[in-house]
Amino acid sequence: MTGIQIVLRTLHDGERALERELLAAADRHRVEHEFHHVARDIARWSHEHAERIAHAAEPHDLHLPGPTDQPEAAPPMATVREPLGRTLGRQPNPGLLLLRDLRDLHLAATENSLSWEMLAQVAQAAGDAELLDLAAACHPRTLRQLRWTNTMIKTLSPQLLASL
Amino acid sequence: MRPKVDRIARPWGDRAPYGRGEAWPVRVDSYLEPGTTADAVERWVPTASLLHSNGDAMEVAVAHDRIVGVRGRPADRVNHGRLGPKDLFGWQANHAKDRLTTPLLRDGGRLVPCGWDTAMDRIADRTRELLDESGPGAIGFYTTGQLFLEEYYTLAVIARAGIGTNHLDGNTRLCTATAAEALKETFGCDGQPASYTDIDHADVIALFGHNMAETQPVLWMRVLDRLAGPDPPRLVCVDPRPTPVACRAAVHLAPRAGTNVALLDALLHEIIRTGRIDRDFVDAHTVGFEELAERVADTTPDWAARICDVPTRKITEAAEILGGAERLLSTVLQGVYQSHQATAAACQVNNLQLVRGMLGRPGCGVLQMNGQPSAENTRECGANGDLPGFRNWENDTHVEDLARIWNVDPSRIPHYAPPTPAMQIFRYAEQGSLHMLWITGTNPLVSLPDLHRIREILGQARLFTVVQDLYLTETAQLADVVLPAATWAEKTGTLTNADRTVHLCEKAVDPPGEARPDLDILLDYARRMDFRDTDDRPLIGWHDAESAFEAWQECSRGRPCDYTGITYDRLRDAGGIQWPCTEAAPDGTERLYTDGISWAAPDDCETYGRDLLTGAAVSETEYRALNPDGKAVLKAAEYVPPHERTDETFPLQLITGRTLYHFHTRTKTARTPQLNAAAPEVWVEVSAAEALRHDVAEGDLVEVTSPRGSVRGRLRITGIRDGMVFLPFHYGYWDTPEGHRPGTNGGRAANETTVTDWDPVSKQPLFKTAAARLTLVEHGDGTGSPAPTTTASAPADPRHIPPTAGGPAAVAGQSGGEP
Repeated sequence: MTGIQIVLRTLHDGERALERELLAAADRHRVEHEFHHVARDIARWSHEHAERIAHAAEPHDLHLPGPTDQPEAAPPMATVREPLGRTLGRQPNPGLLLLRDLRDLHLAATENSLSWEMLAQVAQAAGDAELLDLAAACHPRTLRQLRWTNTMIKTLSPQLLASL
Repeated sequence: MRPKVDRIARPWGDRAPYGRGEAWPVRVDSYLEPGTTADAVERWVPTASLLHSNGDAMEVAVAHDRIVGVRGRPADRVNHGRLGPKDLFGWQANHAKDRLTTPLLRDGGRLVPCGWDTAMDRIADRTRELLDESGPGAIGFYTTGQLFLEEYYTLAVIARAGIGTNHLDGNTRLCTATAAEALKETFGCDGQPASYTDIDHADVIALFGHNMAETQPVLWMRVLDRLAGPDPPRLVCVDPRPTPVACRAAVHLAPRAGTNVALLDALLHEIIRTGRIDRDFVDAHTVGFEELAERVADTTPDWAARICDVPTRKITEAAEILGGAERLLSTVLQGVYQSHQATAAACQVNNLQLVRGMLGRPGCGVLQMNGQPSAENTRECGANGDLPGFRNWENDTHVEDLARIWNVDPSRIPHYAPPTPAMQIFRYAEQGSLHMLWITGTNPLVSLPDLHRIREILGQARLFTVVQDLYLTETAQLADVVLPAATWAEKTGTLTNADRTVHLCEKAVDPPGEARPDLDILLDYARRMDFRDTDDRPLIGWHDAESAFEAWQECSRGRPCDYTGITYDRLRDAGGIQWPCTEAAPDGTERLYTDGISWAAPDDCETYGRDLLTGAAVSETEYRALNPDGKAVLKAAEYVPPHERTDETFPLQLITGRTLYHFHTRTKTARTPQLNAAAPEVWVEVSAAEALRHDVAEGDLVEVTSPRGSVRGRLRITGIRDGMVFLPFHYGYWDTPEGHRPGTNGGRAANETTVTDWDPVSKQPLFKTAAARLTLVEHGDGTGSPAPTTTASAPADPRHIPPTAGGPAAVAGQSGGEP
């Protein structure tokens, strides 16, 4: 597998996973209304990204699966991270569950952001204008996903943690 | 001009035509209760209107220590003597037999009278318990847009520096939060750019989701008088209902609910495509043009026509008028603010003005409006989810400045996170981390969305609620402590209207029974809590309205909303004065941004901004890079479909709104005979085609059901767009047997049906994007719906509907020229 193929596959997996996680978290936190609605809005970005990556991968002999219309919900917190995740995970408190989901979403978006960075770099090294355009078009939205999760954590965590 | 007019039948009175650039002629409106003549009036006490945001200057007539009528003040800049129907008649609600006259305390499930000491000690004791057990985050305040500046400022100091809580917001979150946020996003700072006088000079007035005729009737009189005069302005109206504004518009666009961004992006597309931009202005005063141009490059009128369901031709016509305007004034209200993508859409209106270079000159500007009389003051004073004086909570220098004024350590003012918006405060109460909510002058059990949920939240035993109001409202009925408040004309204070005009409202009569001014109640609480500053002096050093105003002047000094040149004496003499008013601008300031953008520099701005789609914060570093010179920011926005879509089960788009004759949850206007008779009962509006499709007729009793609940009312067939149903939101339950909730006859409050969803940028709840279905309950007996015929609810076929009229009881005086 070429470097470009590796990055495209990783990114494709990452965007599909983020879409799934956003939709699943939106579902888990229906009563957190702002989170619920915005998570669904920005899941659409990851969906579009995965489509565009799959399309861009074809000339590179990489056949990535197309988008699913109804992405399966992720298993409950497939990506719980240690050790905060385990500590928080034992708590039934919905506020803590929300913070944990936000943190996991933030980390997932961070992975994607780094992958977009790598794609832009390898595209430049290989002189591949199309892949560079793809990264330039999509990476800003990944950064917006990142800023959103960060803002939500900053806004909600004082109340949710100080009230425990 | 006739000397007397039925002002229910003719809400805007008679015309006094004037031409472009001329002075708006005076017309003095007056109403005295039957049997009272002007000779019997012992004194006239100056004030301004409380039942909308226009700030109409008026005088209260007093005889035998009782209010007996009102008249407009001819010399005032806002209204030139005119009054709206609510101004003329609404004061009678002060005399309602069911005013609260004593504090009430919940005892064994019932509210029983108690003295002030008992009530206030109970509140102070509970506050101290919660501070000890859980900290300041357990305590929240939910206020209104109907108190006075002095009261909001006192409340802000109590909440921010006394308690130290982030949870203080107003019901202005429901009406003006998006106006404030859109101004902050574009200009770096809140502050209304334009002035009402711009109506005198504009050749095009564009009203976006703003039914001015009903929400600001006196401002609409100004427009009507221009329309009746030589060289009238052309109007562009965006509204799904056939409002009086739409009826007078050169182009009326009635888009599908939730599609404002698509429409505005198409208008911007056309204006940029046809080269009707002011390149010099854009270069000198804005950043972000390239990104905006790129964003709207593909948002053609054809594209928007499909999304908005508006003919392409009408979009290009509107763009033609906006693009060709010499003096363009835009106004914006709830059709944008309470709809999907609220802030994003409101910002596109700002962008329209900026790319056309229409700012800071007579006739050129934007009015991001509000609905309530003192909504503007909640924004200035920091009672609406901001820090006082438009200070930036993320800027340590701003917080230190505030701490210096209050003589407290900066760490006492919570600024680790943004002030909590109202819907999130209720969420914290629902989720269980907020244990005390003090509600002043508002009625969330009728006005908040998804009432079933709000009733559950306020009904929780673990939540201690204090309600301070004039009457036993739906909300007060669920309170633990009820405090009887004095109202307009029974207390003194200032309020600031939607074009920054400050008025003094003076006390004319005593409040009933033991009712007290809101300011006195708050000062009493501060004394009992013994809040202290760094030098162990009382945190709140003032004792009445005027000393509170002087404290606020210091807090406003050097800020955009600078009040230091305004005194009570000057307001008495001069009438309304527009802030900023300083030594350098002693007569106030008619327009902001006459000489460039003033408060957007990174060190000065009130916010670094937010992502218009997600609400994510823009960091200080990013803002410094984006806008180092403090220009206006042209923020582009992509259209996103509304969250709740119609389907087979819920095929109609549901929107809620208001009528001319009522204000908010009807607490005062339903207690005003002329106003209540004009709109006595909730109704349901659909188009003729929709009525045919549902096999229902005018006057039929129908039920509107959404995924959350239902409302029953008599059907009114109007010219509203097909596929849509409208409910007025004013009606609740206090005047029904059930008191605070629906009974066996079904729901009456529109908010039984609305969705819990808010704009992630301004946090304003969305009352104009839900899905619903309509079903027949029973056919009518041939009489029409009780909806007014004079307004947007006018029947499509008026032949069998008696026109709305007030009769002899609603006849008011109007006189030209002389007071």
